[in-house]
Parts: sequence; C-alpha cells; structure tokens
Amino acid sequence: MRKKVIFKGTLLPYLLLAPQLVITAIFFFWPAGQAVYQSFLREDAFGNSVQFVGLENFLDVVNDQTWLDAAGRTLVFSGSVAALALGSALFLAVQADKHIRGADVYKTLLIWPYAVAPAIAAVLWLFMFHPNIGLFGRMLNGLGVPWDYRLNGSQAMLMVIMASAWKQVSYNFIFFLAGLQSIPRSVLEAAAIDGARPARRFWTIIFPLLSPTAFFLLVVNLVYAFFDTFGVIHSLTHGGPGKATETLIYRVYVDGVINVNFGSSSAQSVILMILVVALTVIQFRYVERKVHY
Amino acid sequence: MATLTLQDIKKSFGATAVLHGVDLDVQDGEMIVIVGASGCGKSTLLRIVAGLETETSGEVLIAGQSMKGLEPADRDVAMVFQNYALYPHMSVFQNMAYGLKIRRMPKDEIVRRVDQAAALLGIGHLLQRKPRELSGGQRQRVAMGRAIVREPKLFLFDEPLSNLDAKLRVELRAEIRRLQRRLGVTSLFVTHDQVEAMTLGDRLVVMNAGRAAQIATPMEIWERPADTYVAGFIGSPSMNLLHATLEAGGGAAILDAGGLRLPFADGPRAGAAGRKLTIGVRPEHLRLGEGGLGVMVELVEPLGGESVLHGKLADGTPLTARLPGARYGDGPMQLMLPPELLHVFDGETGKRIEAGG
Repeated sequence: MRKKVIFKGTLLPYLLLAPQLVITAIFFFWPAGQAVYQSFLREDAFGNSVQFVGLENFLDVVNDQTWLDAAGRTLVFSGSVAALALGSALFLAVQADKHIRGADVYKTLLIWPYAVAPAIAAVLWLFMFHPNIGLFGRMLNGLGVPWDYRLNGSQAMLMVIMASAWKQVSYNFIFFLAGLQSIPRSVLEAAAIDGARPARRFWTIIFPLLSPTAFFLLVVNLVYAFFDTFGVIHSLTHGGPGKATETLIYRVYVDGVINVNFGSSSAQSVILMILVVALTVIQFRYVERKVHY
Repeated sequence: MATLTLQDIKKSFGATAVLHGVDLDVQDGEMIVIVGASGCGKSTLLRIVAGLETETSGEVLIAGQSMKGLEPADRDVAMVFQNYALYPHMSVFQNMAYGLKIRRMPKDEIVRRVDQAAALLGIGHLLQRKPRELSGGQRQRVAMGRAIVREPKLFLFDEPLSNLDAKLRVELRAEIRRLQRRLGVTSLFVTHDQVEAMTLGDRLVVMNAGRAAQIATPMEIWERPADTYVAGFIGSPSMNLLHATLEAGGGAAILDAGGLRLPFADGPRAGAAGRKLTIGVRPEHLRLGEGGLGVMVELVEPLGGESVLHGKLADGTPLTARLPGARYGDGPMQLMLPPELLHVFDGETGKRIEAGG
C-alpha cells in the first residue's frame, strides 16, 4: 500500500511540480505549439513573406503520393520492428525466467542495449553488416550472397528494422520478465498437474496473463518505431537508397531541415502527433480495463 | 482411486539433504496426513508424488505403477494448493473444465461433471465469476472442484486451509473429510497444524527433519508416540518431558528434579541402573495430590471449564498442567503423575522404550 501524503495549502505541491512542468512546457508544449502554428503557414522560398493558408499544407501532404508511400513504408517498418522486438524479447524473457545457471549475468547483458545511443547502435550494426568492413557483410558476400544495403532497398529496410528492434528488445525484455515473474509458480504447477504440456501452458496460461503487458509494450514499440528511430535510420542509411528507408519521421526531417519547407514539415509533424495521442488514448482505455488481477 | 507406495524416497537440493529415505504404503481410499514443522520436508514429499520435484533416489508407485520419469500430467493426480493457484483469467467454470478440456472430453460430459462438482461444493452460483471476485473460502472450494472433476487416482492437498481464517478452516476441514469419504479417493494431505492432522487423517505421517518419525493412526500416535519429537508435537499443550534415570531392576524411574520415584505400571524396562530416560506425561493427565511432584506455578490460563497452569520444577524444568475447574492461583503446588499414563523414552536417542524393551 502506498501512503498518501496530504499537503496543507497548494503552494508547496505546485512548487514541487514546477521543475517538471517547466521542462515539459519549454521542451514540448512550446515547440509543439510552434509546429501547429507553422503548419497553417506557407513561406516563400527566400523567407521574405509568410502567408496563412489554413489546412492547405495538410491537404498537400495527404495528397502527395510520395508521402503516402512513406506512410506505407512506416507501417511496414513499425510493424516489423514491433513484431521482431516483442517476439524476441518474449522468447528471451521466457528463457531467462527458467532456472538457469548464470541467469543474472544473462539478464544484465540483455538489458545493456537499452543504454546504447541510437547512433552508436547504428554504428555497431554497421560494423557487422557493412559489405566491405562488416563481419557478416563480408561473410555474406564471400558466400556469394550479393549483400549491400547501400544499393539494395529491401536489404536497407531489413538492416534498419533489425537495428531498431535490437535496441528495443531490452526494454521489452524487462517488462516481459517482470510480467512472467508476477505469475505465481503454483498456477503453472496447477496447469502442469491438470495435464497441460509446456507449449499449452504457455498459450493458455502464460500468454493470456502477459497480454496486458504485451499490449502496453505494443503501443510503446509502435511509438518508438514511429519517432525514436530517426537516429538509427539517419546513421545507417540516411533514408536511402533512394527513399527505401524514408519513414514519416525521417521525411519530416528531410522536408524541414534539408528542403526547408517549414509548412509541410510542420503539418507532417502534427499528423504524427495526432497519431501518437490516439495510440496513447487507446492504450489507457484498453489497459485499464484488461487487468486480470 | 488407487494405492500409493513410496519406497525409500530421498531428496537433496545441492548439498542439502531434505528427505532421508521415506517409506509409506497408502491403501486405496485412505486419507493420509503428513504433518510436521516447517522445513521438515513434508511439502517436498508431496511435490515428489505430484512430479513437480524429482526424487534423488527411491521410487513412487501409484496403483502399482512406477512413476519414474513421468511428468505431472501423466500421473493422473490432482492437487490443491495453499494459495489456491486458480487461473486468474478464467471463470470458475473454465478453471474447473481446464483439465478436462486438455483430455479432450466431450463438451456435455465436461458440463455434467463441473455442474455436479459445483453442486457438491455449493459453488453452482459462482460458475461465471472470475477468481478475483471470490472470497478465500470460495476460491479454495473452486480449487477443490477443479481436483474433483478430474476424478484422479490421487488427491494431493498442500496446506489448503492455511490461508483461511479460523472459522472457515474448521468448516472446510470437515467438508474435505466428508468429500473424501464420499468420493473414496486416496489422499495425501500436508499440514503443519496438528489439530487438522488429528481430525482429518485415517493415518498420520509425523515428519521430523526429513524422516518419517512415526506412521500410525491419530490415536495410536497420541497414545504411544514413537519418540520425544512426536510426543511433543502431537497434543496441545505439548507433553511434558522430564529427565530421569532408571532404578536398579528397571521397575521405576527416578526424576532428576526432586528425586521423585515413578514406578512403571506396565512392567520393568531393560537396562542398567542409572540409564538415562525421558519421562513424558501429558498436561491433562496430571492431577492435584499430596506427595507428588513439587511445582512452582507462575502463570494460570483459565479456559472456563479448565485451566492451563505453567510452572517450573525445583531445577527449573518447565511443566504444564491442564486441570479441571478455574480456581487456581500462583505459588507452590503438588501434582501426581499417574503411573499408567506415563511415557518412557530413551534419554539419549529419544526413542520410546516399551515394557521389557
């Protein structure tokens, strides 16, 4: 049971909340507000005049075939990252939950990738899969597989998916392991005595009991794949070759920073923002209702 | 329904030996209670029978068949756990039907069995609820229902009443006994509670430090405990154990405290004069009387119809007596030890010494 502390007056609680609120305001609400404001404006190429255009930026974005292509790519990318990261994390967590020698070392090692910055993660994967200097990249080419993610779009996509998923596995692993450990051992023993084999125990007992955790992680992973993978993509492929790995978030960067089209870039950001808010709302609605204990 | 045989079951966790060789023969339909203090290995023994732990050596036979290497699923046993172990995401009906579904039983047969068991346990109105919506007593009934519908060869109970409050515990205890008699399923029941053990078991296995100290009916154990551990464990308040030595000729014991001579009513014990003995006498067998054992009473607990007196002998050995009535005070008192109700144990090994033995 957590103890509830009741403050007298309102000054102290507001004071205690202030640092967090200030940080949120400066680093989130202000730029987000700027983006929303910018998304209704259009600037000429030289930045001499600004014009209010209403929803025109948004209409341009959603009618732009290249943007729709990027949206499709993002779906493939995010879905794959989430599936790969969740699947492998669940598998590893199930293994770690067993009584194995060196379980603590194993768990610690698995948690490490989470502490690695996206750019460094990308460089690690580059060292492994670069066609000229990468260990596996050279091996693949040596075996006659024409591996070069700098030329082959599908290979590039595969690369960024793997690198992005790898970084997220740790996070998922911690949550899955905690979820597994909160399942009473006697419940699994009861199932074993009831005649359920390990595979059946997993699908009829463990998995349903983990599903609230899994759903929470699915949303977190999708949000991660939408927004936090910029670093990985930027370091590995720059969205290329061509536009093969240009996801929506990367396109925001390309349009805003490289093409200096603030209006369009802002409109894209706002669309992404709405998406994330929607995901979060679904998550809270659903998870609150689906807790078993 | 089946017999159960344990042959020299040993179990070690790493270097720690938990069970040192337990033998047990359980008849078809018998209710055996395994009782002992925590850490005596009683739960480990039960889990070995269930197949949740693997014996280090020895053999478990259910209905004459060796269980060596068999998974819990293949042993056809059902278990009721202390913390109920219900499947939290399933309704009561699904909880009870789970084992039957796995065995691919036809749907109507599952419904029939679950309904029957639910009616037997008085939980018919709860079938659509989730475990979290049930009270502790209801949950344990569901857990029992889950065991009953399986119609297994063996029921295993792992301290199923320990998480319930005192009133429910007594209620469910009687219910378990009635059900077990009615269904006639061979059962092993593990508990640390000696009252539960005495009231439930056809026979008891009193465990001490990984060994079966005694296997017998409750009354046999109460009347003729095999050693000082069993003597002290079964019965409430505990039996008084007093140091003494054997008199020349073996016809009596001389108490160390005060030198009181206690003749044996059932015949002399073997051994030289001065053999170390432990004399056991139950608190309820002590009576007031002149010329008895001198006790300094320090605390009186009146229980209404009777009182429990706690005192010390001249050398400081604690002594408990249960006497009828409620009018007792602190201070010196003389208590008689009836010769026909004395228990004689070896002073060194703690084993019971029978007359002539």
